[in-house]
Amino acid sequence: MTPSDENTAKAARPSRRSFLTKLWWALGFVALGEFAAVAAGFLRPRRPVAFKSGFGGIVTAGAVKDFAAGSVTAFKRGRFYLARLEDGGFLALSRTCTHLGCTLPWNDQKKQFICPCHASAFDITGAVVRPPAARALDTYAIRIVKNRVKVDTAKPIRRSQFRSDQVTYAPKTGKPSSEA
Amino acid sequence: MRTNNLILHFRPRTVPEKALRFTFTWGLGGTAVVLVLLLATSGILMKFVYQPVPDRAYASVMALQQEVRFGQFVRNVHHISANALVIVVFLHMLRVFFSGAFLGRRKTSWIIGLVLFTLVLAANFTGYLLPWDQLAYWAITISTGMLDYIPAAGRWLKAAAFGGPQIGAATLQIFFALHTAVIPLGLIIFLPYHFWRIRKTGGIIIPRRCNEPPDHSPVLVPVMPELLLREAVTALVAVAAVLLLAVFINAPLGPEANPGMSPNPTKAPWYFAGLQELLLHIHPLFAVFVIPLLAALALLVLPFIPSKTDTGGIWFRSRTGRRLALISAVAGGFAAPLLILIDAFWIKPLNWLPELAPLVRGGLMPTSALLTAVAGYGWLLHRKFHATRQENIQALFVLLTVGLLVLTVVNIWFRGPAMALVWPWQIHTGAP
Repeated sequence: MTPSDENTAKAARPSRRSFLTKLWWALGFVALGEFAAVAAGFLRPRRPVAFKSGFGGIVTAGAVKDFAAGSVTAFKRGRFYLARLEDGGFLALSRTCTHLGCTLPWNDQKKQFICPCHASAFDITGAVVRPPAARALDTYAIRIVKNRVKVDTAKPIRRSQFRSDQVTYAPKTGKPSSEA
Repeated sequence: MRTNNLILHFRPRTVPEKALRFTFTWGLGGTAVVLVLLLATSGILMKFVYQPVPDRAYASVMALQQEVRFGQFVRNVHHISANALVIVVFLHMLRVFFSGAFLGRRKTSWIIGLVLFTLVLAANFTGYLLPWDQLAYWAITISTGMLDYIPAAGRWLKAAAFGGPQIGAATLQIFFALHTAVIPLGLIIFLPYHFWRIRKTGGIIIPRRCNEPPDHSPVLVPVMPELLLREAVTALVAVAAVLLLAVFINAPLGPEANPGMSPNPTKAPWYFAGLQELLLHIHPLFAVFVIPLLAALALLVLPFIPSKTDTGGIWFRSRTGRRLALISAVAGGFAAPLLILIDAFWIKPLNWLPELAPLVRGGLMPTSALLTAVAGYGWLLHRKFHATRQENIQALFVLLTVGLLVLTVVNIWFRGPAMALVWPWQIHTGAP
């Protein structure tokens, strides 16, 4: 065969060389993918462990009778507010403003949470009273066991607005309440 | 002159004499490199003292400033260089844009430049958290809080940045790793790539006057000493300026971070102030995601818009270009404050169209209105001045950049407690 015939023949069918080259590239991408998977797994946030102060785990707030109706009690180490509504129901509210994440103080005169950052305001149930915040405060699940209020701060519950089924009531008997 | 020298290896043997003109490039690119080197040096020194753990970070910065010899000075150098770098690379981008040095074969250099700009902002942002004082903690809280509004990926991005449900030890560790390893690695990769592309495309674009034709056989001078001497002088002046300022200006360190108390007001770092101001007027989805995305895409796409004539090297491309730029700067300078005032004192208080969803009322509508206004402005200019496409784009660029500058200035100097609009002398006390 003349050289040009050989070359044409090579171009006509895929050669062993081009096949192996493609295989190397493919294996290279697989290796890159494996590295990406390992790195992503490595960097993923770990399961949060409860802080020594109790935040991240179950915080015992106190006895049911310790909290007056219509009151809001701050739990600094648990990082939540325990609100007891007028009808006696409990809500454990996150202290983080839902706008950009600032920490909310409770204003007892105005009976509102007023954010120092951009003046969002929330009422005692955590519902938005003034923008720019767009959704109600996150809540934490409450269990009332033997008349003691326990708040599970491991997982904040995201909600768009207040609904009455989010409130936890102390059971009439001594049995534990169900979660909100 | 024959030398085997690394620095000379990075340079051609000769450069066009005209390209040496200082009042063309202002040595901005070179100054940026010098600042990066200062940051690397001061940063590496501080790495021997700083401890990236919440209980130790603040104390280690205090120790750096009070007990380590020259500690305060080194920290000041780092602080000043970091802030100067954002300004210098921004001005560098403006210079490249307004001299038309991003078109044709210089496209890739522009794209890499945008990547570098992003890396610089990321470096500033991650470094901001490290002192772990009130300013750091809350500025980063609200800046990452903005991530929440990005659809689909937002909450995951925020959790990834935090390393958990909220800012804590994991966050500090992540930001420290990014700031001292990942971003420097990015700079080490992209800076040489940037320089290589610049050299491949003929170096600095040759400046020329408005109707001067491009010079295809410019007078060449030897790099050593003509270019190298000028670069050395510029570098030394930049270093001297930073060192001198570092003697007198102390990097701030407020009270230690307190997760239980947000300061009033809480402001994002100054280079994000414009974004935070936008957030005060427009729904977060648009202010934090849609508009920045459009801006980023616009910047990326700029060099791909075809240019009919070669106007590279001419400031603002032509006399018409200069006029349009000036008009746009004035227009933006008046329109932006006016819009802010209209929104603050008329639109927001009156609570227009409350039956519409906030996303539409506060996001889609104002964004569409703004885009229409900008497009309308561009069309008006085109009708009145019959400028080229490049000149029109340049005018819009000026309009929007001035708008961003106004937003930044307002957020930094005209917002007080609860982010209310006040006069600059009231930003700490609020309006009486």
